[in-house]
Amino acid sequence: MANQQTYKSTLTIPSQTERLNDVREFVAELARTHGFVEDDINKIAIAVDEACTNIIKHGYAYAPDKSIVIDIVRKGNDFEIIISDNGKQFDANAIHSPDMKDYFAHYRRGGLGVYLMKRIMDKVEFNLHSDKNVLRMIKTLH
Amino acid sequence: MSDFKVHIRERANNIYVLELKGYLDAHTTPTLEEAFQKMLNEKKFRIIVNCKEMSYISSAGLGVFMAFIEDVRAGNGDIKLSDMSPKVFNIFDLLGFPMLYDIVKLEEEAAKKFDAQ
Repeated sequence: MANQQTYKSTLTIPSQTERLNDVREFVAELARTHGFVEDDINKIAIAVDEACTNIIKHGYAYAPDKSIVIDIVRKGNDFEIIISDNGKQFDANAIHSPDMKDYFAHYRRGGLGVYLMKRIMDKVEFNLHSDKNVLRMIKTLH
Repeated sequence: MSDFKVHIRERANNIYVLELKGYLDAHTTPTLEEAFQKMLNEKKFRIIVNCKEMSYISSAGLGVFMAFIEDVRAGNGDIKLSDMSPKVFNIFDLLGFPMLYDIVKLEEEAAKKFDAQ
């Protein structure tokens, strides 16, 4: 079926924050190619940046020699981003969205990455496998 | 690699402007942290962050503003933000940051607000 045509592209980076820019450029270019508007392109790049930052910081505890694999798959109108790592298991499904009034009242810091991903993407799903963590995020083209 | 720079400029009435340029992410946040820390060490609490040339911010960048706002306000000052592109403002707005931070269109407006205090 024409509208079920599947496109796939992959980027693998070492677990280093200096590579976040490469990740954003990779994702942004594909999002642009697939027809997203500039504001959405920026937001999708942020969602992927947040995911990779969490993996580098929490999953790999800043060990610089690990890998993060970013797959982009287009299925119909869904732009799907699958991010895999072998770091410490992290069940972000259990993370509750912060109450921002409370957050600001107590001058809290951090913990906004997953919330931002959920605000930006149409679907965010964390899956724990025995040997790897897999994060799936979908943004649907309208 | 992400490129990010901070340039500090002094205005009249003890107002200091941090001009941000480039991409503020988990890799580049130490540059902004150092600039805010320098302001605090020198007891410069009237701060305008001019975002005209800032192209990008992630939650790591937002975290820097959270880390310093309490101390700056305790010193009777403020961190006011200006000249944001719609793209950058949308991220601040998505998380409700205008609830805590004074975000204005132009640097001059922020300066006038400090002058009126």
